[in-house]
Amino acid sequence: MPPAEHVHWMFATGFLLLGLFLLAEVIAGEEVWQRRAWRPYLWPSFLFLMGVLMWPVMTFFTNSTIHMVAHGSWAQVMMLAGAAELGLVRGKLHNPLWRLATPFAFLVSGVAFLVHEQNPWFFQRSSFLHHLLGWTMLIGAVFPLARAWRPNWAVANAGIAIVFVFVSLTLFSDRDLAPVFGHLSPLAGEPHR
Amino acid sequence: MSTHTATEAASRIRSEHYVWRVRLLATLGPLTAFAGVVWAVVQPYRVTLLHPHGQGFWWLFVQPPLLVVLAGALFHVFVARPLIADLEE
Repeated sequence: MPPAEHVHWMFATGFLLLGLFLLAEVIAGEEVWQRRAWRPYLWPSFLFLMGVLMWPVMTFFTNSTIHMVAHGSWAQVMMLAGAAELGLVRGKLHNPLWRLATPFAFLVSGVAFLVHEQNPWFFQRSSFLHHLLGWTMLIGAVFPLARAWRPNWAVANAGIAIVFVFVSLTLFSDRDLAPVFGHLSPLAGEPHR
Repeated sequence: MSTHTATEAASRIRSEHYVWRVRLLATLGPLTAFAGVVWAVVQPYRVTLLHPHGQGFWWLFVQPPLLVVLAGALFHVFVARPLIADLEE
């Protein structure tokens, strides 16, 4: 089994790819993006897949109830957002309220980050990153909310892409136990590597 | 006459937009991969392939700089290139 920090890095790669897909869609424009049948399904199905892959993370890599609940909620909302976007792209879902699934996923993810981090910002690096990710998702929810209001608005799509790339950078910075800006609580333990 | 000029100007602006879009799409993947290379240079200890003795699979191959390079390359080959081809049609 990979160490926990490697799992974070693999998900970081997933978020980086998600960000790149969305940026490419913004740059190319919706019409060109939809010229090949598979492309509109690309990022929603990728998001859904990441949600599915979060389940084994929840099962095998969490060591407390609150961690398990947080990872479980990320799995559920990523699958929900991915599935809703797939349904909208395919035309199976007609009610525009389904567009609120993605901002809902952002909000739930942000709250899960903030609630499951029990330590203050500078306790250790992962604490800092959890706080940062939580607030990023909560504030970043503005973009999918704007997209729900105006689906083809390039600024909103670019905003979501930038949030994903930032989430990716943050997850890439994660280590199992490491200082943050020179701060490491003695209660956190010894850095591994 | 003025309609013709306006049409020409609009067409020129549109083609300039397409050129910039193609350029941006063509650089997105390589730029990402380059960021991974820069990261590897700045933090060479992250790339354990450079000193592989005693390292397992995860520490050798699943390292952030390598993953960033891989993401950039995959994106360029499988997403950006077909998209550029569609833009240029």
